[in-house]
Amino acid sequence: MNKTGLLMTAVALVASGVWAQDDNQLVINGEIEIITDAPAPEYISGLDTIYSGWRFRQPAMQQLEMDDFENPASLAIDDAVEQWSMVEGSEGKSCASCHEDVEDSMAGVRAVYPKWNEGAGEVRTLANQINTCRTENMGAEAWKYDGTQMTGAEALIGMQSRGMPVNVAVDGPAHETWKKGEEMYYTRYGQLELSCASCHEENYDNYIRADHLSQGQINGFPAFRLKQNRLIQTHNRFKGCIRDTRAETFSPGSPEFVALELYVASRGNGLSVEAPSVRP
Amino acid sequence: MRRTLIAIAGLGLASMAQAQEVSPLNVAFDEYGEIAESLTGTPGDPAAGQKVMATKSMGNCVACHQITGLDAAFQGTVGPSLDGAGDRWEVAQLRGIVADAKKTFPDTVMPGFYKVQGFIRPGNAFTGKAGTEPLPPLLNATQIEDVVAYLVTLKE
Repeated sequence: MNKTGLLMTAVALVASGVWAQDDNQLVINGEIEIITDAPAPEYISGLDTIYSGWRFRQPAMQQLEMDDFENPASLAIDDAVEQWSMVEGSEGKSCASCHEDVEDSMAGVRAVYPKWNEGAGEVRTLANQINTCRTENMGAEAWKYDGTQMTGAEALIGMQSRGMPVNVAVDGPAHETWKKGEEMYYTRYGQLELSCASCHEENYDNYIRADHLSQGQINGFPAFRLKQNRLIQTHNRFKGCIRDTRAETFSPGSPEFVALELYVASRGNGLSVEAPSVRP
Repeated sequence: MRRTLIAIAGLGLASMAQAQEVSPLNVAFDEYGEIAESLTGTPGDPAAGQKVMATKSMGNCVACHQITGLDAAFQGTVGPSLDGAGDRWEVAQLRGIVADAKKTFPDTVMPGFYKVQGFIRPGNAFTGKAGTEPLPPLLNATQIEDVVAYLVTLKE
């Protein structure tokens, strides 16, 4: 790069401060305090501070997440509450048969998933675990990995951890999967040759046309995405992002996305769980 | 006589080749990532280039770059401003950067607009399904030359 080019880059970097993510504080229903920035975990070399996607949104959209009566995900939550005690499958059980009150039994669960499952000898996402419960304990059919019922159940379970810091394990038996996820994060896919890091690490807080790039944190997932007018599951968003690099994407529930989810979740260790969030 | 005929035939081939488009597979980048020869052999049209840069379904260069003189809303901030690009860069440099910027800046996030193979999991446009290399380039040779022709007009 010539001198002028360097100067221009410097100017652009300084100028980007103008659009820095805001300092607003997220408190849900006037009582659940959400940590939306935190020091980056030491294994993330490309970031100093991690920020929830909420901090990159316009105040009017931020507001939608501050009160459950305004949160458009609330209808899906109502359905999921009903589903929680719905008996299905050959064993005559519902989720509530074993887990009773979702508010008590599921508190803290979202914060540590994806997580190593010793019996299965693999890392499992929350959705993997829900489907295992359905097929093995309820004798019911597995849900579509990123379908409406699964996404609703994840949102309901996620809600019970709101305000708790994300704390997925990156070492021990999960480490190998985590490394795979890390490699994916920095792989430049597709004809546009973009990695997750190209936008969400190198260029967060910049704009791609009108889109304000966040760090791509998933502490708010499932997220109610206004553009699609429904709750969107983590793997569904991964799929869309990689598709948008003009690549052959991966499938929701694939081993690749399980690994990527673990890695991306770990980049948010220290932020609060804030599912179901509201995003553009 | 015979030699003259061969020489004439040779000239004829050379001028035909010049008038032909350079395929994305045969672009001659030099060691700095520059492309000295026009990809079309005919001068680009700056007005058409301006349209390519501002149009989402075409180059959409303003997704990342800013150009003060271009009538396009919500210009992005990922890439540097292109104001004065025509002062800072030679034509061969601009052509090389638009065609495949990584030959000039190895770490840039800018896609190669005249690059058709060597991708990781190449897709069929935005379908999410697999594509077969060589893929169609993001811009054709004429569009690249039009964009270059517009960029050289950006003087400060």
